[in-house]
Amino acid sequence: MSDPRELYQAVILEHNKKPRNFGRLDPCTHHADGHNPLCGDQLQLTLNIEDGRIADIKFEGSGCAIDVASASLMTGAVKGKTLAEAEQMAGEFRALVRGELDAAAPHHLGRLTLFEGVRNLPVRVKCAVLPWATLSSALKGESQASTE
Amino acid sequence: MNTATAPLDTARIRADFPLLTSPFHGKRLVYLDSAVSGQMPAPVIERMGRYERLEHTNVHRGVSTLSQEATDRFEEAREKVRAFVNAPSAKEVIWTRGTTEALNLVAQSWGRANVQAGDEILLSAMEHHANIVPWQMLAQEKGATIKVIPMSDAGELVLDDLDRLITDRTKVLGLTHVSNALGTINPVKAIVAKARARGVVSVIDGAQAVPHLPVDVQDLGCDFYAFSGHKLSGPTGIGVLCGRRELLEAMPPWHGGGNMILSVTWEKTTYIGLPGKFEAGTPPIAAAIGLGAAIDYLKALGLDRIAAHDAQLLAYATEKLSAIPGLRILGTAKEKASVISFVLDGIHAHDVGSILDHEGIVVRAGHHCAQPVMDRMKVPATTRASFTYFNDASDVDALVAAVLKVKEIFG
Repeated sequence: MSDPRELYQAVILEHNKKPRNFGRLDPCTHHADGHNPLCGDQLQLTLNIEDGRIADIKFEGSGCAIDVASASLMTGAVKGKTLAEAEQMAGEFRALVRGELDAAAPHHLGRLTLFEGVRNLPVRVKCAVLPWATLSSALKGESQASTE
Repeated sequence: MNTATAPLDTARIRADFPLLTSPFHGKRLVYLDSAVSGQMPAPVIERMGRYERLEHTNVHRGVSTLSQEATDRFEEAREKVRAFVNAPSAKEVIWTRGTTEALNLVAQSWGRANVQAGDEILLSAMEHHANIVPWQMLAQEKGATIKVIPMSDAGELVLDDLDRLITDRTKVLGLTHVSNALGTINPVKAIVAKARARGVVSVIDGAQAVPHLPVDVQDLGCDFYAFSGHKLSGPTGIGVLCGRRELLEAMPPWHGGGNMILSVTWEKTTYIGLPGKFEAGTPPIAAAIGLGAAIDYLKALGLDRIAAHDAQLLAYATEKLSAIPGLRILGTAKEKASVISFVLDGIHAHDVGSILDHEGIVVRAGHHCAQPVMDRMKVPATTRASFTYFNDASDVDALVAAVLKVKEIFG
C-alpha cells in the first residue's frame, strides 16, 4: 500500500460509519451467512427476489471497515438487478480486488472500483470479497459462505 | 553499575537481528509481535547454519563419529532446556513440534488412557485454542465434560469457586501460564496445588510465559508444562513437553516408528524408555540445537534483566496508550506480561493493523486463536502489541504515533 488513504477513501469510511441497507429482511426468499475464519468477520445477508430480480437486500454482522463498506455499497449496487447481472458484478468485483480486471474493457462496477486499492493488500482481499461471496451463495440457494 | 542489574542495551541487541536493522516499507521496522513469533538473533541462525553445513546427519543412528557428535549436540540442547525450566531430569524433556503438539500428546496419550465417560476436564476461560481443542476432541471421544474457570472483566481468573469447580470427576486441569490474548500472568502455583491436592493432573501452556518469566517446573508443581521454540527466540518446528516422570512412564506411546523402539518383531514391539518413547522418527535436529542456542543467548542477556526490561516497557506502553482517547486496553490484570491488547472506538482491529503495517509497525490484529476470550470481552478482535528485550521506548512512541494516525484517517 503506497498510502493507507488510497484504500481508506472517504466513501469507504463513510459507508463503514453509516452502512446502508443494514438490518434483516423478515420474511425473505433467500439468505446466507458469510464467515471469514481467518479474522472472524461475519455477515448475514437476507434478500427478497421477485421475478428474477433482487427486489430488496439487507445485511447484518460485524467486520472491518473494508468488509462493512463493501457490504453497504454492494447491497446498494445490486438492488433491482437481475440474478445474472448480480453474478456478473460479483465476478467483476473479485477480479477488481485481485488486480485482474481489465480496466479498458467495459464492466458494471461503477463506483465500486474505489475498492481497487485492496489489490495491494492481499490479506485484506477476503474482507472486501466476503459480502460478494455471501451473495453468490445466497443466489445459489446455499446458506453458508466462507472465504476459505 | 552492576552488570547483573544494568538495563539492557537495546541498540546493541538490535544489531543481532538483521530484520530489525533492514528498512520495511521504507521505514524502520518496529516489531511488536514477538508473542506471535520471536525473531531469531544472529548467533542462533549461525549455530543452526553451522550444524547444517558441517555437522549434519541423523541422531541416535549408527556408529559413525558424525552421528555420535550430532547426537551429543542434540542431547546437549535437551539438557539446556532442562536447566532452563529446572526439570528434574532430561528424560522428562520431550521434543515436540511446538506447544500445540505437546498439548495434543498429553490429551491423546495420557488423556485417552485416563479420561472416561462422565469425567470432567477443567480449563481456564483464557486458554488459547491449542489448550481447548485437543480436550474437546478427547471429551467428544470419551463422553467427558468440559468445565471452565471464569475470568473477570479485568482478565483475571475468578478462583472463588475453584474448590467447587474441581469435583471428584475432575481428571485434568488445562491452564495457560500467561494469556496470549490479554497478557495476564496466572497464579499457576496456587491453582496447581489445589488441583494436585484433589488428584487432578495439571497441563500448563507455557508458550507465552517462557519468553518473559523465569520458569521452574518443580516450583510450580505442575504435571505437564509445554512451550515452543519460536516464541523463545528460537526456530519454528521445535517445542517441548516437560512431564512428571511417573506419568510419562505410565503413558502409552503416541506416535509409532523408528527411534522409539527397543525391538520389533511381527508378534510384538517393545519401546525404549524416556524420552525416546515419545520421539518417533527423525526429529528436527537443527531446530533443537537452535533452541539450545537461543536459551544460551537469553541467559547471556540475563533472564532477570529481560523480565525487568519487559516490566518497564509494559508500564510505559500502558501509560502512553491509555492516554489516547477512545483506546481501551483489554486485560488489566495486576500481574501481566509485556503484552497489550487494545481496541479503538468504532475502528476494527484489522483496519488498525493494516494502517500500523504501513507505518512499519508489526502487531497482531485478530482473535489471537482465543475466540472464547474475545467472546468473554465482547469484542470481535483486538490489536495486540507485544514487547520484548530488543524493544525500547522509541518503539512504544512509534506505536502511539501510528495509532493517532489511524484515528486521524478514520476521523
